[in-house]
Amino acid sequence: MMVERGGWRVRTIRLWLPLGVYMIFTLFPFYWMAVTSVKPNSELYNRKIMPLLVYHPTFKHYVDLLTETNFMVWTWNTLLVSAISTAISLVFGVMLAYPLARMRFAGSALIAFGVAATYLVPQPLLFIPLADIIYSLGLNDTLTSVILTYPTLLIPFCAWLLMGYFRSVPHELEDAARIDGATRLQTMFKVFLPLCTPGFISAGIFAFTLAQNEFLYALIFLTQTDVRTVPVGAIAELVKGDVFYWGQLMAAALLGSVPVAIIYSFFVEHYVAGLTAGAVKQ
Amino acid sequence: MSSTTLPAVYIPKPRRISGFRRWTEREDVFSWLMIIPPVLFLLLLVGYPFVYGIWLSLEDRPVAHAGKFVGLANFIADFHDPVFWQVVQNTFVYTFFATVLKMVGGLGLALVMNQDFRFKNTIRAMMLLPFIVPTVLSTIAWMWLLDPAFAPVNWFLRWSGIANPGPSWLGNPRLAMMSLIIVNVWRGLPFYGITLMAGLQTISPELYEAATIDGASTWDRFVYVTLPLLKPVIFIVTMFSVIFTFADFQLVYVLTRGGPANATHLFATYAFDVAMGGGQLGMGASIALAMLPPLALIIIAMSLYMKPHKS
Repeated sequence: MMVERGGWRVRTIRLWLPLGVYMIFTLFPFYWMAVTSVKPNSELYNRKIMPLLVYHPTFKHYVDLLTETNFMVWTWNTLLVSAISTAISLVFGVMLAYPLARMRFAGSALIAFGVAATYLVPQPLLFIPLADIIYSLGLNDTLTSVILTYPTLLIPFCAWLLMGYFRSVPHELEDAARIDGATRLQTMFKVFLPLCTPGFISAGIFAFTLAQNEFLYALIFLTQTDVRTVPVGAIAELVKGDVFYWGQLMAAALLGSVPVAIIYSFFVEHYVAGLTAGAVKQ
Repeated sequence: MSSTTLPAVYIPKPRRISGFRRWTEREDVFSWLMIIPPVLFLLLLVGYPFVYGIWLSLEDRPVAHAGKFVGLANFIADFHDPVFWQVVQNTFVYTFFATVLKMVGGLGLALVMNQDFRFKNTIRAMMLLPFIVPTVLSTIAWMWLLDPAFAPVNWFLRWSGIANPGPSWLGNPRLAMMSLIIVNVWRGLPFYGITLMAGLQTISPELYEAATIDGASTWDRFVYVTLPLLKPVIFIVTMFSVIFTFADFQLVYVLTRGGPANATHLFATYAFDVAMGGGQLGMGASIALAMLPPLALIIIAMSLYMKPHKS
């Protein structure tokens, strides 16, 4: 281990102090979520007691959330919608990225520019016309509405990330396959794509978390409780007028974060690779 | 080889390739066949809504009624709407402060994280949590954290005697904007920190050694080596962040719904209120579209100011 010049004092000031302050800032809301979700209402709404501790922990809010609300349905919807839209986006992403990264053809620069521009179009620019279209097609209150629209947010991202990844793969294997008489499609599926599994994992994880995070379209398109996703369900049904069911809300926030956090913890490196892919050329 | 004649398999048999087959094997044809389905999909669900949005903005279009073409009347109405100008101001304040704080904080974070220390990977993984957890859910936690009566922030203020009963964080116009900026920074910092750290790692240590031999101080090395080399990464990260902060919806919708008294309305939330709450799709579309010119201006200005040098 490298010994820093200046010893532990310098190291405390330059490393542990700023890092510690930042970690407290970052993790505190999660602690607050967790601690609130196990507080009985008598402690939750008591101004006198120190709010950061629990004196009589209870799982009542979790039980209520799972039995009295449609939280399980929302979770299932969220996972289903995220998985399907991620799969669609990966397929379309490959179809865009493979030719753009590996082939020469007229119009490729225009398509590449179009993909980048689509990536940068902010969602709020489109939600009003899209809502009108979805409603006039009668797709409101169906999961199809979000399964169709989420890929518009995810495809440009997937294509962009995969293009970067595809470019880094050497040409020799493909050339060999072509010389042996493989068609372009065979070369792509049997030789090229299997080499790119890490790229697919990065793009997939990132797209999945983006889909879980989406709120605006889900809020507008899904107004019935049985088709809602977790964020919309929580904000629309655990808040009744001015009454916030804080215990249940925090339990929902924690449980709603768990699926993403678990998947993420297995693939941190891939996620970071996806996150930094656009900005840093390695 | 014992046999004198080569087995037949070694003779490349000319395969019969149909004209169609040969056509699809052409590089440009294959590429376009691949690209057309996703491009059509995006044209239908991004291109068409975009154009339709422009059309809507030129219509008087109450929800569930036929539209009537009114030309630029919606934009003229926006122009005379004091709330609209409040929204413009809010959006600029929000974007500016959130972006600067994230940029400076993210750079600091990247520099701190770029040292060698134990549990680095674990800490980096935890650091990213605000960015991966669904924003609405973490924002609900922040709302409860800022609760004036039962939350730790005001409890601390009362306990330490700084303020009693403590401010209403989301009920006061200035504090509400400040709270939104803090939550936005909390969520966005990991993205800056991690990406800038990845950028730092691409800088060759030899450059620092050379600078040190030439007598550069720590500060000199930061200003003359780190910053110029990091500029392209900072540029891209900031551009992404500006676009998505400028067009933010979730944070405001959850924390304040634009209140108190429109003090925290941004383009997206105001357009949502007018279109979905008020049922005026045309007006709403005009407000959403109005965010495009200032956004384009910011991006152009940033490109001119921070344009990465091609080397």
